[in-house]
Amino acid sequence: MGVPRYWREIPSRYNLIGKKCGVCGKIYFPPRSICPTCRRKSAGKMEDYKLDGKGTVESFTIIRVPPPEFEGKSPYAIALIKMDEGCYLTGQIVDCNLDDIHIGMRVEACFRRIQEDGKRGAIYYGYKFRSLKS
Amino acid sequence: MRDVAVIGIGMTEFGEIWEKSFRELVAEAGIKAIMDAGIEGEEIDALYIGGMSTGRFIGQEHVGSLAVEVAGLEDLHIPSTRVEAACASGGVAMHQGYLAVASGMYDIVVVGGAEKMTDVVGGEATNILASAADREWEAFFGATFPGLYALMAKYHMHKYGTTQEQLAMVAVKNHYNGSLNPKAQFKRRISVEDVLKSPMVADPLHLLDCSPISDGAAAAVLAPLEIAKNYTDKPIKISASIQATDTLSLHGRKRFDALPAAQHAAKLAYEKADIKPKDVDVAEVHDCFTIAEIIAIEDLGFVEKGKGGKATEEGLTALDGEIPVNTSGGLKAKGHPVGATGVAQINEIVLQLRGEAGERQVKEAEIGLAHNVGGSGGTAVVHILEVI
Repeated sequence: MGVPRYWREIPSRYNLIGKKCGVCGKIYFPPRSICPTCRRKSAGKMEDYKLDGKGTVESFTIIRVPPPEFEGKSPYAIALIKMDEGCYLTGQIVDCNLDDIHIGMRVEACFRRIQEDGKRGAIYYGYKFRSLKS
Repeated sequence: MRDVAVIGIGMTEFGEIWEKSFRELVAEAGIKAIMDAGIEGEEIDALYIGGMSTGRFIGQEHVGSLAVEVAGLEDLHIPSTRVEAACASGGVAMHQGYLAVASGMYDIVVVGGAEKMTDVVGGEATNILASAADREWEAFFGATFPGLYALMAKYHMHKYGTTQEQLAMVAVKNHYNGSLNPKAQFKRRISVEDVLKSPMVADPLHLLDCSPISDGAAAAVLAPLEIAKNYTDKPIKISASIQATDTLSLHGRKRFDALPAAQHAAKLAYEKADIKPKDVDVAEVHDCFTIAEIIAIEDLGFVEKGKGGKATEEGLTALDGEIPVNTSGGLKAKGHPVGATGVAQINEIVLQLRGEAGERQVKEAEIGLAHNVGGSGGTAVVHILEVI
């Protein structure tokens, strides 16, 4: 992947920067340019908003046949996570036994290596999720 | 707007067709459809061809022009447009062809769909298919295409008690139907046990819950209904052609137990055709994974939301059931050359409505429905066809 393609998403992938609609206050992640509720009223009023990083597993799967970039990393868990701010995102769940993952599990974001462009290419980082110790 | 009819269909066999190129597949499907319609080349006003990722599968874009050359129509200089909407490319091409005829702009339009997926090796096809999902916010983090449907499956199972066995029964039914279809990629009948014993791809989806990588092409010839009888004794009316959209990503959707775009398209299609779901005699639905068929029969209103697994288990959608679904074998057994799928579904419905579906013929089928989905539900197309 070209470096700019990775670099421009860094704020969101490293620090969970999403958007908050300046009109209705709803929070979006990944960032959006227009609030689908307020539409034109929200144009130019979508403000950066940092998510707290905590959420709940809505659904999950264990990937056993990975795409080429994740060759050798399987099995790994991918989940649909509802963040406490109300938005949903897709991410891996790590640092736990795959059998312990369940719908309703509380998780928190952590900063991890996601993939790399071969042995000598750039390394791409971003968020993954781990069990939230209460 | 004018009423539109299908006056000809044609398709290649689906499968790993190593000996035929993309060009040859397009030619074969197109020639069959033109012969079936009994039209001359100079009568064709426009072409639309669905293709999801010809650029990455065979390194060839600009397949609108390619299709004209293949068909020997270059001296007519007719418009020819390649249409892309991931796995719904064929369905959207059908919708474009329908609009072109209905509007009065063109009379005879040939709609095609094709994909040559086996010219790339190993994981490359998986990677290309992942481009139907959100590359930056799903695939980047390791989500695969089967993975996204697995998330829906797990969610559906948790919410409604749908079982792995019920998922497997979709594959068993569609392989049975495929065994009756000479053009199907898989003609081998399988058991629930075979599905559950096959390797896990993304829990809870096993290998036999997934549609295959396939080569193939399909075509259909459209004409205004008022002149359709000049070409065929059995014109099939398109009583609704509806395309709908939703977010590219699964996580952006309002719900995960349905494809809201498909629900929306179905509702508008039933209104346009002035029928109810129970009036449908035969349906081809987008079973890229077994869970997708269960969600589809719910979204289409054949059963209540959450009852799709149970209905499959009880045989509602079997060949001899109340609403036979995927009589062709579906994407699961007939094969899924992504760009061709939406047009191949129309081929099957037309065969059924003409009474030419052979061993898998549904008795007295008069109304048929085709449901084609792109990505994890970012695009959905529903067509309703009727005998006149």
